[in-house]
Amino acid sequence: MIDCTEAVRQLWDFLENDLEADDRDNVEEHLSFCRTCCGEVRFAEELRDVMKDAARAHVPDDVAKRMGDLLDELEESQP
Amino acid sequence: MPHQTDHSFSVIARQQLPWLYSLARRVAGNRAEDVVQDCLIRAYKAYGSLEDVQAAPAWFRQILINCARDMHRKEKRRVDESPLDDTPEQTLYRRIVDEDPLPYSETVHIDFLHSFSEEDVWNVLDQLQPIYRIPLVLVHMEGQSTADVARMLGVPRNTVLSWLHRGREKFEKEMWEYADENDLLRDLAGAER
Repeated sequence: MIDCTEAVRQLWDFLENDLEADDRDNVEEHLSFCRTCCGEVRFAEELRDVMKDAARAHVPDDVAKRMGDLLDELEESQP
Repeated sequence: MPHQTDHSFSVIARQQLPWLYSLARRVAGNRAEDVVQDCLIRAYKAYGSLEDVQAAPAWFRQILINCARDMHRKEKRRVDESPLDDTPEQTLYRRIVDEDPLPYSETVHIDFLHSFSEEDVWNVLDQLQPIYRIPLVLVHMEGQSTADVARMLGVPRNTVLSWLHRGREKFEKEMWEYADENDLLRDLAGAER
């Protein structure tokens, strides 16, 4: 049986389905009786969503223009 | 160059540009434009090696990550790769419980996270060293598997897992400090009264 420190160490990999079956079972068993770590999991899920929501950056118009100009130059330099 | 004119480099690159810039913004911060520019030039020179245009996103992603890593190497930023301390950092969840920054809130953890704008999240990411930031972005924001990221970075998967673990600890610590330094908690506390 794993303790809270070990469960917390593995909980992000648990959320990403990136644990071996035995490790996953151990985390699930720990979560079945530990309310604090259940809170940690819910918080990690929310934090992951906050990170994903920030995943898309708008290309500023001036940057898009410079990148477009660069692609035009590369195209024109084609032999 | 591939023969398909519909698949000219310029057409493909313009299609990839929005998300390439988005990825560069997260892995290279305010140097995103430099990294994308370097990526486009390298990709143009190597375009003959792209045999299947369906693989263009993964191909561009690999080139962009290489460009970002090379830029960081040139900047010679000191990287703390010391082994993880046996004593883990206090998690952000527990820190919020202990410090109780919003005593009037019954949803303090969610309120804390929602006080961060997208710009705030990028600013926190910028505080992380590239070695931790890049795996964090690729796995938790781009949805890549740790096995794929290991291949992309040319390191064993266990190394990626170690960087991710430390990166998450640092990200959570930086979130708390950023909220404190930028008065996010004070603004929230004022709003809830």
